[in-house]
Amino acid sequence: MTRLRAADVAVGTELPEQVSRVTRADLVRYAGASGDLNVIHWNERVAREVGLPGVIAHGMLTSGLTARAVTAWAGDPGAVVEYHVRFSRPVVVPDDDAGAELTVRGRVAAVLEGGQVRVDLTVTSGGEKVLSLARAVVALG
Amino acid sequence: MALDPGLVGRSYPPSAVYEVGREKIAEFATALGDPDPAYRDPAAARALGHPDVIAPPTFAIVLSLGAGNVVVEDPDVALDYSRVVHGEQRFTHHRPIRAGDRLVATASIDAVKTIAGNDMLTTRVDLATEDGEPVCTTRSMLVARGTA
Repeated sequence: MTRLRAADVAVGTELPEQVSRVTRADLVRYAGASGDLNVIHWNERVAREVGLPGVIAHGMLTSGLTARAVTAWAGDPGAVVEYHVRFSRPVVVPDDDAGAELTVRGRVAAVLEGGQVRVDLTVTSGGEKVLSLARAVVALG
Repeated sequence: MALDPGLVGRSYPPSAVYEVGREKIAEFATALGDPDPAYRDPAAARALGHPDVIAPPTFAIVLSLGAGNVVVEDPDVALDYSRVVHGEQRFTHHRPIRAGDRLVATASIDAVKTIAGNDMLTTRVDLATEDGEPVCTTRSMLVARGTA
């Protein structure tokens, strides 16, 4: 892999669409890896007791999966210098083998100084936006 | 109960040193389903100009979650954690976190707001090497729904 070059992108350049699936097993794996053991991410009973429609994905799992679309495109995960997300809707993860679908689309929204670009991302699950803001500043080669 | 705006700027003592390991980075990348070799293969990371394997852009949350506990445990911060959701998250990377880093996390309160009956608390965590080199700044905004 090599880092994408600034000369190869412009405002409007689109990132490849990324479609992934999140299952209950993925939530358990992320809970262990991140140390975020909040019960609402693995216990249906407790999730419903606090008013959620069911077990929901960790916001940081959703945002980590979203960042993956940027790092894969940039060719170097170290290229991401700024990353900012705002959570607007929980990703409900059903207790089945298919899990929840998560689709990430992105485009270059601005070319900044010093070979940096701002990428704006749109993240949906089941056709609904789950992040009201998701943007990354990426330092290209 | 509304949060006290006087909390803004409050800073907490630095954490113990966290040593970033290759296995922890690989475990985190696997949890994101990310096969990128820069997270696992030191040679691949070096080919990109990094001294060792680097961590995904959101890996810093592992450290900032732990460091943010000092804010959660501060008796002056009257946030109802039974009603808290993660509202917003921001990472500013001064350089990528990499295996072998020995990092110290320092938490502080960046912002306190009450909007439409919701308390919002933004905790900032600065990650630096034990020698003082800045590595990453995280800002986490928590929302306590309908508590103000």
